[in-house]
Amino acid sequence: MFTDTLKLKYFQKSQYIKDIKNAPIKESFRGYPVLKGGEIDPSICKTGALINNPLSIDMGKCTFCGDCNGECVKFTNKYKLATTSREKLIVAENTAYEDFEKIAIKSREEIKKVFSHSIKLRQVSAGGCNGCEMELNACSNCNFDMGRFGIDFVASPRHADGLVITGCLTKNMAYALEDCYKSTPNPKIVILAGACAISGGIFQNSTELNREFLEKYKIDLYIPGCPVHPLTFINAILDFISK
Amino acid sequence: MNWIIFKKNEKINALDIKTLDIRQIKEDVKKFNFRPVGFFGKQEFENVRLYVVLADDKKGEFYVTSALFSKEDKTYPCFSDELPQFHLFEREFYEQFNIEPVNHPWLKPVRINQENYEFFKMQGENIHEVSVGPIHAGVIEPGHFRFMCQGEKVYELEIMLGFQHRGIENMMLKNPSNRLAESISGDSAVAHNMAYSEVLETLSDTKIPEKAEIIRRVALEAERIAIHIGDMGAIAGDMAYLPGASIFGVTRTLIINTMLEITGSRFSRGLINTGGVNYDITNEQISKFIKTLNEVETTVRRTTDVMLKTSSCISRMEKTGVVSQETIASLGAVGMAARASGVNLDSRFDFCDILYKKYKKQEFNGQGDVYSRFKLRYKEILYSIKILKDLLEKLKNNNDILSVKPERLSSNSFALSITEGWRGEVIHIAITGKDGELIRYKIKDPSFNNWYVLSMAVRNNGISDFPLCNKSFNLSYSGFDL
Repeated sequence: MFTDTLKLKYFQKSQYIKDIKNAPIKESFRGYPVLKGGEIDPSICKTGALINNPLSIDMGKCTFCGDCNGECVKFTNKYKLATTSREKLIVAENTAYEDFEKIAIKSREEIKKVFSHSIKLRQVSAGGCNGCEMELNACSNCNFDMGRFGIDFVASPRHADGLVITGCLTKNMAYALEDCYKSTPNPKIVILAGACAISGGIFQNSTELNREFLEKYKIDLYIPGCPVHPLTFINAILDFISK
Repeated sequence: MNWIIFKKNEKINALDIKTLDIRQIKEDVKKFNFRPVGFFGKQEFENVRLYVVLADDKKGEFYVTSALFSKEDKTYPCFSDELPQFHLFEREFYEQFNIEPVNHPWLKPVRINQENYEFFKMQGENIHEVSVGPIHAGVIEPGHFRFMCQGEKVYELEIMLGFQHRGIENMMLKNPSNRLAESISGDSAVAHNMAYSEVLETLSDTKIPEKAEIIRRVALEAERIAIHIGDMGAIAGDMAYLPGASIFGVTRTLIINTMLEITGSRFSRGLINTGGVNYDITNEQISKFIKTLNEVETTVRRTTDVMLKTSSCISRMEKTGVVSQETIASLGAVGMAARASGVNLDSRFDFCDILYKKYKKQEFNGQGDVYSRFKLRYKEILYSIKILKDLLEKLKNNNDILSVKPERLSSNSFALSITEGWRGEVIHIAITGKDGELIRYKIKDPSFNNWYVLSMAVRNNGISDFPLCNKSFNLSYSGFDL
């Protein structure tokens, strides 16, 4: 029996992604959008991420569905999309990925000093669709294995250095979310993961939301995606904490 | 006949649906002995019309009729006292239209008004209460569980949901889109999007190309395989059998990354649009996909074989979280959870789907315990791989077009679509008004029927077995909360 289990492990070999910062990803992945300019029928975009004159895409609203993919908009497979401020998520015409990458994440010195080797996060699902939760779980599997960088999800907010919020912040979760925030010891960071958390995403016009939390507290990191790809998430955290 | 009999994806005139007395409907339901798939209201000026939709699984047909409540009618004799499978439908109807089912045994909030929720309480010296959630220890969706225990033993588990309530049914009326349908439940993105597309295509008389139909089912089966593998890994993890957890975890990645290659999203988001599909599968991708499937099949077989020979796994799974066939039938459970208890419902085969016609419904004599649900997932993975390979063969050198432009929705129509997601039947019902606008959109995720089954499964088990029971069902919070 024991040997059978060992054999299983032998067949698996090692499957982890060695260089997570430069991990290859399929060409078809829809990541950073490059805008050539022009005009697109805005009704094509269901989340209002696409704005004409001049053309821009708000990655905080974008679900990366690819409906606007074409002459004017081209989604590249670049997956490092996170930023430290909301405005930087808005991609303007002819902004190259390299330029975006340079300014995207600017974190404070204290954060780098304290968290560069270990950060423990508490995830709160506040009314999404379970897509982001599945992807955040995938961050801990054998392929991505973010535990090796000292990044982990912990069971209690009392053990956490910060919160990762997914979902569009429904009325019914407002109390629990605030409670969780207050239970996390100071100093703490707040990360929004996914289009729903950042802007409400596809649910932004719903009458069942209560997004007051975001007005009350400071957000440190925005990680776009619908859902967030594990490589986007892990690289965002790494860029945020590493010296 | 007071009921209209119709098939899935068949448009019927909404004005033809009869108005019966609610007592008459109850008598008819008892006589037919069919299970409910829809029980929802619709505002008609000051009145409320209640639609009742039943499914005849043997013939693959649906029955629909309606009852009208005037402004003064605020009560009716409940169905649930004699037909318990209606209990949650009636609670939902009460919550949305404030028409009370008199004598309902369990009339509690479903999704809103949570501050008024009163939990069932047991009293006694050794009784203690464990309350969990809405935020759980793991990275999962929110929901509140309240256990009534004596020592380690659970007597009653009450599940309070609604934390994810986003008002999707109302949003569907104002701004219906495929992107919204995909976000109903992220792990069943394909199933919900397919059900949504089919119901709109039916209402607009759009005939989509056969190739698009095949690609949709490729995505559906891939989703089934991926989630089942992921859940088997999670079950292994909850039993502390870590090799299983790791291996199934990485095997799932193979499937979802194949979908990423084809559709640009690991969960096939953006693939299905009303009128067809957005992405083609090339011959090269097909041969690569088949190779991946073979690899996945070998790994799943090998790992499951070892797991089912490991005594520590078997002892945790066998006779844990047992749900009897009678419980399943009386609560109207559906899908995988029902099949594991020996109630063989599978809408792919029950409600004739032309592309599944040559396959037989699998027989599975389950005992309704965690072991059966684990074994069933294993068998479904293997069967889906077989179906998927056949579907992929059909796509080779198929140069058909991918999509057509959908027509306008017809006026005053009623249509229902049913898709077998990995969890069970996903049902979307749409009704249009006189200008062809959507005036009611009803979504029923399999979790809606099955959450109560989890409560029953945990009864008389140790509280430490709850995570295992929960994972063996892996029900959707978002699909329930809408």
